[in-house]
Amino acid sequence: MLAELGVYARGNLRSREGFFFTLVFPIILILLFGAIFSGGSSGPTTVYVQNLDTGPTSSAFMGALNSTTALRLVSVTAGQNFTQYLSSHSSTDGIVIPQGFSSAFIANQKVNVTVYGNPTSTSSAIVSGITREIVNAFNLRGASGAHSVGVSAHTAVSSSYKYIDFLVPGLVGFSALTSPMFALVNISSTYRRDKIFKLLSLTPLTKTEWLMSKIIWYIGTTAISFILMSIVGIYAFGAHITFNWGIGMFLIIGPFFFVSLGMLVGTISNSPESAAVVGNLVTFPMMFLSGTFFPVAAMPMYLQGIAHVLPLFYMIDGLTNVMIYGNFGPAYFDVGLLLVISAVTFALAVRFFRWRED
Amino acid sequence: MPAIEVEGLKKNYGDLHAVDGISFSVEKGEVFSLLGPNGAGKTTTIEVLEGLRQKGEGTTTVLDMDPWSKGYDLHKRIGVIPQGFKFLDYPTPREALVYYGALFGKKVDPDELLRRVILEDAANIWFQHLSGGQRQKLGMALSLVNDPEVVFLDEPTTGLDPQARRAVWEVIRKLKTEGRTVMLTTHYLEEAEELADRVAIMNHGKIVAMGTTEEIESKYGSGQRMIVKSKGSLLKYLKENTKLEVEGDGGSVTIILRDKADAFVALGAIQESGADWGDLTIRRDSLEDVFLKLVGEEGRSGREGE
Repeated sequence: MLAELGVYARGNLRSREGFFFTLVFPIILILLFGAIFSGGSSGPTTVYVQNLDTGPTSSAFMGALNSTTALRLVSVTAGQNFTQYLSSHSSTDGIVIPQGFSSAFIANQKVNVTVYGNPTSTSSAIVSGITREIVNAFNLRGASGAHSVGVSAHTAVSSSYKYIDFLVPGLVGFSALTSPMFALVNISSTYRRDKIFKLLSLTPLTKTEWLMSKIIWYIGTTAISFILMSIVGIYAFGAHITFNWGIGMFLIIGPFFFVSLGMLVGTISNSPESAAVVGNLVTFPMMFLSGTFFPVAAMPMYLQGIAHVLPLFYMIDGLTNVMIYGNFGPAYFDVGLLLVISAVTFALAVRFFRWRED
Repeated sequence: MPAIEVEGLKKNYGDLHAVDGISFSVEKGEVFSLLGPNGAGKTTTIEVLEGLRQKGEGTTTVLDMDPWSKGYDLHKRIGVIPQGFKFLDYPTPREALVYYGALFGKKVDPDELLRRVILEDAANIWFQHLSGGQRQKLGMALSLVNDPEVVFLDEPTTGLDPQARRAVWEVIRKLKTEGRTVMLTTHYLEEAEELADRVAIMNHGKIVAMGTTEEIESKYGSGQRMIVKSKGSLLKYLKENTKLEVEGDGGSVTIILRDKADAFVALGAIQESGADWGDLTIRRDSLEDVFLKLVGEEGRSGREGE
């Protein structure tokens, strides 16, 4: 039995794949989830503030908001339509200080600070909580100690967002990532081993055509998974999805990128085993850190920094913008960025992937 | 104009001289076999000719084209089965043929091709469930979808049972009757003897003998030998009492027949020896004997995948 144990242990350690899954992968997972849920160093919540008042009290109020490290204030000029502004920035968190705030406070008249938020979101709860604390402090400092300042809460947009609304684009991105990546990494290395590429190279089929056929297939499967997830999201969980052509951009560019990336990873690896390891190293961080299961905004700052260099983040961010907010501005940026890196990856994959040998 | 011409072909992998300056040509309609142990350089040679591998030095032409630079045009006119042919797991042979034909822009009749390679019975079985012989036959059928003028078969029967091997041979013979040029690598002597018009024996990247099997046998073989089964004293008697060249290994005695008269001398001496003997045969060196002589016993267990 000990001999059996020994040979098995040795086998696992010698196989890089076995090594990765037995030892390295669990460590990566525990690091990831530990970091996400420890939440201790979660970054400041971005909040949009429109100060319509010009008096000293509103400035002091702004100063108080600014002094908390939990909030990052973004000033919105007085002329802007505040709710539209929030929506165009894909945010639900905002504070409006009304005109005449200072004079009302001094005169000890009732006045309300308006807090916009999404009742289901943790960031909105933070904004609302901090605002209420500051309001209380101001009330205590006021002339009479009476509660002259109040808080009126508003939901940022007509409908409030739920976790499912963010999960649907996240999972569409997830499936656009995983199926082509795993399949192409595997195909590109096993086809080489089994000489199927040689067989294909003997036909008039070109490498570009071969890769394009895979891209088309995965655009199809991603579209199907989008449809299925939308149906389940809407009918089972009441997700709010805006259907528009912008979604199509991402359903095309996502698989295009990940097929190319999978091919590139498989091509530069020596054996199917090492390809699988490299493929997992590329895939798993993206799978968890790009906003697939958890909103990126809920992650600690340094993980958010990592998310912003992961291509899947831009697909999910873009999909969320068009599917949930109908917000095309930031989505165009996401698509543009993905187009550029996809073109580069595709070119590299075709360049390095060889039918024949020197 | 020969179908294949090779002149001074060399190919190195680092310090290893996989192919070390070989020359040969194959006429149209001929079945030519590269015979050699594993690691002799057969696959490298055939892959250079198929345009799947870049040559080192020398010139190679197939159907008057350089295989590497004109691969795209050449591939429309040749058929290839790589060594250890494998295919996608799920298509059936019928589907595979339609698919592979479509890649050439040809509408093939899968049933006709399956009939030619005697694979009709397995037309609808997934590739992953085919036997080794059936897979190899499918490989043959695939190599024929573009009606090729030259067919390259790299160890087409390695790992097959004798029955499956003979079925593949049958298909190769048909290719010849159809007038196609066939280049075949093998490490089975029997296969080369059965199928090839001419054979080149390769070892350590060089061609050590080339010609028809008869030519090779008579050139490199040791002529006729008389072999007698006998225990004990016969060998000693012959050595002491005749001028015959004799060898023995305990169970049998081999007498080299330098001319016809030696046969009568040998028979007389055997009779006179009084030794117990039986199973007298006269034979000449077979291709196998020549092969072992040229390549050496160590060649038979060379490493895989040259």
